[in-house]
Amino acid sequence: MQIIKIACKFVKKIKRSFIIKYNFITLITNSNCSFTMKKILWFFICVSLVSCKDNTMQYSDVIGGVREAELTSPPHVPMTDKSMRHPLKQIVKLEIIEKVMEMTDGVEYTYWTFGGTVPGSFIRVREGDEVEFHLKNHPDNKLPHNIDLHAVTGEGGGAASSFTAPGHETVFSFKVLNPGLYVYHCATAPVGMHIANGMYGLIMVEPREGMSEVDREYYVMQGDFYTKGANGETGLQPFDMNKAVSEDADYVVFNGAMNSLIGDNAITANVGETVRLFVGNGGPNLVSSFHVIGEIFDKVHIEGGSMVNYDVQTTLIPAGGAAIIEFKVDVPGTFILVDHSIFRAFNKGALGMLKVEGEEDKSIYSGTIQEGIYKPEGGTIQEMPDDGSAKTPVKTAALSFQEKMEMGQRVYNSTCMPCHQQTGQGVPNAFPPLAKSDYFNADMDRAIDIVLNGKSGEITVNGKKYNSIMTRQVLNDNEVASVLTFISNNWGNDKEEVSASDVARIRSGH
Amino acid sequence: MLQCTNILKRLISILITASICCNVHAQTAIADMAFIEGGIYTPLYGNDSVPVQVKPFYMDIAPVTNQQFLEFVEQYPKWQRDNTKRLFADEMYLSHWKNNTELGNNAPSNAPVTHVSWFAAKAYCECQQKTLPSIDEWEIVAMAGADKKDARKEENYNQRILDWYEKPSSFPPKEVKSTFKNYWGVYDLNSLIWEWTYDFNSVLISGESRKDGAVDRNLFCSAGAVGATDLMNYAAFLRYAFRGSLKANYNIKNLGFRCVKRIPLKK
Repeated sequence: MQIIKIACKFVKKIKRSFIIKYNFITLITNSNCSFTMKKILWFFICVSLVSCKDNTMQYSDVIGGVREAELTSPPHVPMTDKSMRHPLKQIVKLEIIEKVMEMTDGVEYTYWTFGGTVPGSFIRVREGDEVEFHLKNHPDNKLPHNIDLHAVTGEGGGAASSFTAPGHETVFSFKVLNPGLYVYHCATAPVGMHIANGMYGLIMVEPREGMSEVDREYYVMQGDFYTKGANGETGLQPFDMNKAVSEDADYVVFNGAMNSLIGDNAITANVGETVRLFVGNGGPNLVSSFHVIGEIFDKVHIEGGSMVNYDVQTTLIPAGGAAIIEFKVDVPGTFILVDHSIFRAFNKGALGMLKVEGEEDKSIYSGTIQEGIYKPEGGTIQEMPDDGSAKTPVKTAALSFQEKMEMGQRVYNSTCMPCHQQTGQGVPNAFPPLAKSDYFNADMDRAIDIVLNGKSGEITVNGKKYNSIMTRQVLNDNEVASVLTFISNNWGNDKEEVSASDVARIRSGH
Repeated sequence: MLQCTNILKRLISILITASICCNVHAQTAIADMAFIEGGIYTPLYGNDSVPVQVKPFYMDIAPVTNQQFLEFVEQYPKWQRDNTKRLFADEMYLSHWKNNTELGNNAPSNAPVTHVSWFAAKAYCECQQKTLPSIDEWEIVAMAGADKKDARKEENYNQRILDWYEKPSSFPPKEVKSTFKNYWGVYDLNSLIWEWTYDFNSVLISGESRKDGAVDRNLFCSAGAVGATDLMNYAAFLRYAFRGSLKANYNIKNLGFRCVKRIPLKK
C-alpha cells in the first residue's frame, strides 16, 4: 500500500506532461539497469497508473457543455436533471436591484435584492460543475454590492472578486466541490445592513448522482427585519441600525414579507405527494426553529449537508445556514410553517401555509370526535349546550360603564389579546382586526353571538378576507358585556355600551 | 503589474491634464465657495486611526452642475463625450447628455453633473485653479450638522444620511442647493449625489480582508469592521464601501463632484 502511495505521488508529479512521462519511460528502457530492476520499475509504473486514476481525475473532468443556469423566484425551484450527467459549465446571471416593496399591508420597505426578490433567485447546480458568475449592479442602484456564496471554495466566497459599483458587472468563476444547500449573501460593508435589507438567497449543489425524485419542491427562506417604526406602523419604514445591533427584530418573516406564503400565496400539494422544502435562514441575527404544524419531517438533511436525520419535529436552521426537508403529506388541510420561537410566528410574521388537497383519511386523523365539558371534580363529560336553552343565565347585578370598561380590559387582555393583539389590530391574514372594524361595528348582536358561540368560515373585515376559527369563549354575561363595551369604546369603534341582558337575550337564542 | 499600469495611467493623465489646462484661468474664484476652518478629526479608516490634521481651505458650496460642466467641455473639446479617451472615461461618460455640446432633457442645467469620471472631474477642478477634495477634507465638512461643526454624535445625524443612502436613486437628481445646508453653508453633502474625492481609492484599510493585516481595497464581510474606529457609523461604512468599488474611469448615474481650493502657505 505504501509503495502505491509513493508511486501515486510520483505519477502525479509527472502526469502534467506526457513528454516527461515518455522520457521517463525511455529512460527506463534505455538505462543500464539489470533486467530485474527494469521489471520492477515497469511494474511500479503500471501499478501506479492504474491505482492513481481515481485520485488524479477527480476534478479535472472534461466539461460536458455550457448552458445558462435557470434561476427562479421564491417559492419556486429550478427543474433538476433527472439522471446522472457530466459536469457542465453553467452561466449564472444575477442582477442586483434596490427597490421598495410591501412588508405587510400599508408597510413599505426599501429592499436590496438579488434578482428583484427576497430571498434572491434560487440557483441549482451539480457537484463538479463550473459556474461562471455574472453579477450585475443596476445603474439606478445607489450602492456597490458583491456576493459571498457559501458554496464557493475561495477567498471571500467570491466576495473579493465580485465587488461591483452601480452600473457595472463583474464576472468570476468557481468549481462547486461540495454538495449541499448553501446560503449566498452580500458581503459589502456594512454587511449586517446589506443582509438585513434582504440580500441573501440559496444555491443548491446537487450530489453527482442527482437527487431523489419528489412531487413538489419549494424555496422558503427566513429573515429578520428592523424598522424605525414598530411592527405594523404604516408608511415607508427605514432600516433601524440600533435595533439591528441589539437584535430586536420588528418583523421575522418567510420570503421577505408577512404575506409571502399566506392565503393565495400559500404553497400547495395533494394528498399522497412528497414535498421537498429548501429552507434557508438569511438572518442577519436570528436562528430559526423551523417547524410545520401538523407534519413530521420524514427526512432532514441537517444544516443542508450530507447527514440525514429521520422523523424530525423541529429543525434548527442557523443564520447563514439551510436545511433540506422532505415529507409525505398524508391528509388534507392547511399546514402552517412557523419559526417555533413562537412569538415570532404570531406577532412578527414568521408564518407560512402549505395547503394540501385530497381525500381525508380518518384512520390517520379523525378530526374532532367528541366535544364536552370536563369537570375535574368527577362526573361524566357533558355535551356543551349549543343553543343555551338548557342553561339558566347567571343573575348578576348590572355594572356601571366604568366598571365594564375595567372588567372588559382584564377580560380582553387574558382572552382576546393573543389573537387580536394589544390594540385590536389583529394579525394580517390570520386574525381580523377589532380596531376600526366595519364587521364588528355593523352588528353588535352578531358580535355577542360570536363571543358566545364562536365563529368559523370566511368573513370580510375592512375589505380583507379571513378564513379562520374563533372558539366559543367561556365567559359569563357580565364579562361578555364588559369586553364588548371595552372594544366598542376603544380604537376608533362606534362607542356602544352592551348590557348583560343583551348577552342573556342572545344566549337564550332570541 | 496592475498597480504599475494604474500608476502609469495616473502619470499620463496628470501630464495630459496639466498640459491642456491651467494656462487660461488666472483669476482666483472664491465666489460660491465656503471657508472651512479645518481642524483635527479621527477618520473611520486611516493609518491606525490616528487623528488627522486638516488645514483650512475653501469648498464649493454646491456640486458642479451640468451647465458648468458644459461650459468646461466647450472650452476643452478634449473632454467632450466622443473625444475622450476610454482610458480616462468609459463609455458611460456624460451618457445622459443629448450630445457633445447639448444637455438635453435628461440633464437639467442646474442639476449636478453625473456620469463623470475621476479624470474628468479632476481636470475640471484644475482648470478652475482648484482641486478635488481629499477624503479628509470632504469628510470634515460632511460631519457638520445644521449648527455644529461635528454632529456625528447627534442622534439624527446618521439617520439622515442613512435615509438618503437607502433610497433608490431618483434620476435626474434634484437641482443643486435644494437639499441639506450645513454649518459651513455647504449644500447637498450626503443628500443629493455621491461625490468624487481626490484619493478615493487610497485608503489603506488594514485588516480589510479576512486575512487580518493585509491591505485590501475591497470592503467585504465583517472583517471590514476590523480597521474601523466607529462601528456604529453605518453611513460612513456605506460611503467608504462605495468609494472602494470605484475605478477612476467609471461614470456612474448618481456620482458627481465639487472642488476645493487650498490656501497657499504663507512664509
